[in-house]
Amino acid sequence: MTSVVVDDRPDCEGSPDPVGSSERAGRRVNLDFGDRLAVLSWPGAAWLAAVLVVAPVAFLATSILSPRGDVWRQQWETRLPGELVQTVVLLAGVSIGTLVLGVGLAWLTSAYRFPGSRLFGWLLISPLAMPSYVLGFVTLSVIGFTGPLQGWWRAQLGADAWFPDVRSMGGAIAVFSLVLYPYVYLLTRAALRDQAGAAFEAARTLGASPLEAARRVVLPQLRPAVAAGVAVVMMETLTDFATVQYFDVDTVSVGVFRIWRGTFDRDAASEIATLVLAFALAVIGLERLLRGRARFGEAAGRASGIMPRPLSGRKAMFATGLCTVVFALSFLLPTVQLVVWAIERAGSNNGTPVTGRFLDFLTNSLILATVCAVICAAVAMVVTNASRFGHRRSTSLAARLTAVGYAVPGPVVAIGVLLALVALDGGLERIGLGLPGVVATGSFLGLVYAYSVRFMAPALSAAEAGLEQVSADMTASARTLGHRPSSIMARIHFPLSRTSLATALVLVAVDSLKELPIVLLLRPFGFDTLSVWTFNLASESRFEQAALPALTIVVFALVPVAVLSLSLNARSDAAAAAERGTAPTGEGLL
Amino acid sequence: MPPTRAGRSVGSIALLVMLTAILTSCSGGGEDDVVRIYTGRHYDLETAFVQFSEETGISVEFLPGSDAELRERIAAEGEETQADIYLTVDAGNLAIATEQGIFSPIDSPVLEAAIPESLRDPDGNWFGLTVRARTLVYHPDRVSATEMPTTYTDLANPEWAGRVCLRDSSNVYTQSLVASLIAHHGEDEALRIVSGWADNAEILNNDILILESIADGLCDVGITNHYYLARLLDDDPDFPVELAWADQDGFGVHVNISGGGVTRYADDPGLAVQLLEWLATEGQSAFVNGNHEYPANPSVEPEPLIASEFGTDFLRDELPASAFGGLNAEAVRLMDEAGYR
Repeated sequence: MTSVVVDDRPDCEGSPDPVGSSERAGRRVNLDFGDRLAVLSWPGAAWLAAVLVVAPVAFLATSILSPRGDVWRQQWETRLPGELVQTVVLLAGVSIGTLVLGVGLAWLTSAYRFPGSRLFGWLLISPLAMPSYVLGFVTLSVIGFTGPLQGWWRAQLGADAWFPDVRSMGGAIAVFSLVLYPYVYLLTRAALRDQAGAAFEAARTLGASPLEAARRVVLPQLRPAVAAGVAVVMMETLTDFATVQYFDVDTVSVGVFRIWRGTFDRDAASEIATLVLAFALAVIGLERLLRGRARFGEAAGRASGIMPRPLSGRKAMFATGLCTVVFALSFLLPTVQLVVWAIERAGSNNGTPVTGRFLDFLTNSLILATVCAVICAAVAMVVTNASRFGHRRSTSLAARLTAVGYAVPGPVVAIGVLLALVALDGGLERIGLGLPGVVATGSFLGLVYAYSVRFMAPALSAAEAGLEQVSADMTASARTLGHRPSSIMARIHFPLSRTSLATALVLVAVDSLKELPIVLLLRPFGFDTLSVWTFNLASESRFEQAALPALTIVVFALVPVAVLSLSLNARSDAAAAAERGTAPTGEGLL
Repeated sequence: MPPTRAGRSVGSIALLVMLTAILTSCSGGGEDDVVRIYTGRHYDLETAFVQFSEETGISVEFLPGSDAELRERIAAEGEETQADIYLTVDAGNLAIATEQGIFSPIDSPVLEAAIPESLRDPDGNWFGLTVRARTLVYHPDRVSATEMPTTYTDLANPEWAGRVCLRDSSNVYTQSLVASLIAHHGEDEALRIVSGWADNAEILNNDILILESIADGLCDVGITNHYYLARLLDDDPDFPVELAWADQDGFGVHVNISGGGVTRYADDPGLAVQLLEWLATEGQSAFVNGNHEYPANPSVEPEPLIASEFGTDFLRDELPASAFGGLNAEAVRLMDEAGYR
């Protein structure tokens, strides 16, 4: 669906006479009718989305109203302080890592030309397809204590030869940074192309040095996108509970699961889970802070992007080398290792017995990812537009609430959705509208609902970053010219923030493909996905056999990522062409 | 051209139809002679269930997942649950499922004759079907016969500092083992033992990693489930780690079970019981052998690899699974207090 979003671009640009045709007049009538409700409907839609997302989380969070003093005291006296410290250190480390990698690489590949720069422009997105637990496992298997590298090292230098401890906080930060930096990279590149690039060129024309232009013009303009990217990264890190355990890092999320699965005390576990939520709120606050007060919008016309300057000699070699190393470590080498394992295991008789259902798993994964991506992107579009059309304060609160599911670990969302749906089913039954069978729990709809609750935030972040690039002035002008909000959304906001919406689709689709705990709990009988298949093998510690399904996830998650990168490239080409040819025509959009 | 209004409606109707189709295809029901299982146990289920279906004509559908989450799902689904059987590993999970009222007691002379009393619920809520021993493993070149530890408690002694690899406290096998220590030695002594472990051990998060770390020299001894070693020996007969049955002069080696029971709202409890009975008797070998586990039914022979490598003649801890299962939460708190990760 991403390609559709990209392909219809000429239509929107090529509509020089927006008002006047009879078809459009017909639509105006509809909009007039709709507009009577618009005052209510924009904030209403945003709040409906917020309530739908918050309901399942609230089901669990109510336990905090009657706190279990004994559990808190016991946890506070034992592991909680350590967990808090490790959570903060991990979050800080991963933020810095992804910030440096994401912004640095985005700038390098956008602002300069060097051997392979165009290729790396999209290759560097691919770690997005690599689940962190897969990279974590591969890393430990290869360079951990029992891996071949350290085995060779000990063979050379003796059994007690020193080697950095891979199973450590440092190892965890490195792995998370390598798989998560694309979130920052993507949004930064989009911002550079859509908006900040033009400002950079303008500043250069006015005589600023490249560094000065970058520091004084580009960086401030990048802040919303970078802040959004880092916030997504922090949420992903915060709610992870598999990868951190590989690396012996004891976060609050790990604590939640130890209490839930170990003491069988769901209430106590959900209370500790509210700490994870508190962290998430802090992250959101931090994002607002980082984003700053400034709002940057395109004054007029479309962004022409940045003109890459050629690098030569040592500088070019260094740039190519740096990109190669990051790509190799984060994606290429682990993928090669997975391929090797998959081939090795295919020959052994211990292979997976369910290969015949491969196509089933694949189709299920793809359908689920597609449906969830479309729903999340559409809702995100409506919610972000609501905050521009509706009452700003209340609707942006609704938008923040809609993102809350991302701050809750997957299994907690799953249980919350389960309880909420059962309650809904019960409620409907009481008024005689009972759902047939177990539609509420083990159903595709329940699954999609839970995924949407969990993954609305990346879609929102991307959609918001996109809309922020459309200046409020432009929206206001359109309104002055008599356009209804829904028309402005469809004809101005949508085309102008299309790259960001495509990003939203991809982020949700990829997250959905990789997702495990929710699908494990809420799926209907017979609805197995690639991640479930991976889990079945990995849960028996048959990790190397899990290479094949893990590899399949990586490959198919790569498809939307590739579509996105191609569309990004197409856009920069178009932008470059626009620069060479006619002046950008902003009027055409109105 | 932007899509027209009609076009969009057609699109959304198509989407709805697709969704409905997916929905109904997944939540079908009404066929006869199907047993549906929610299972936290994933080892070689297909082999056993396919064989059962061939012998009886009853088909088996199963939904693998995580123990705790599946239990929550059955509880939440209540009367509408599709699950006829809940299968899981570890007695702790079975104990809590009983407490949550997920099971309905089974009255089956076949099961009672096949499964020893210590491996089933006194009220017939659940029956153990496979047995796994959690015991000492060591590198024979680096641990001499004289210093060889013989009990779990030995690993808490200072001479083992830096030489032990153990599994993390989030793991249910560790929790059950510690629960059994509490049951046998009391809370104070158990706390002392676990604190000693915490001082001595490198804590790892899977049993295979523990075994490989011993093989590669990170540590000399560890505690793992027996079948992980069997699996590695199956791949490589020269794998340099050996197994020693723990506590043979005391309570015996800690054994845990995987097993299951019939859910309270099973559509056809009779069929479900029939499947459990089959798994406990004729189907035992098909169910346990692939994972190198010991049969819960004492009249069934274990598979050749463990029978020859580890033997069958060892003292098992007779502590009822229901007893240490009930102490699981206690064990988690105790490990937190001992600073055991």
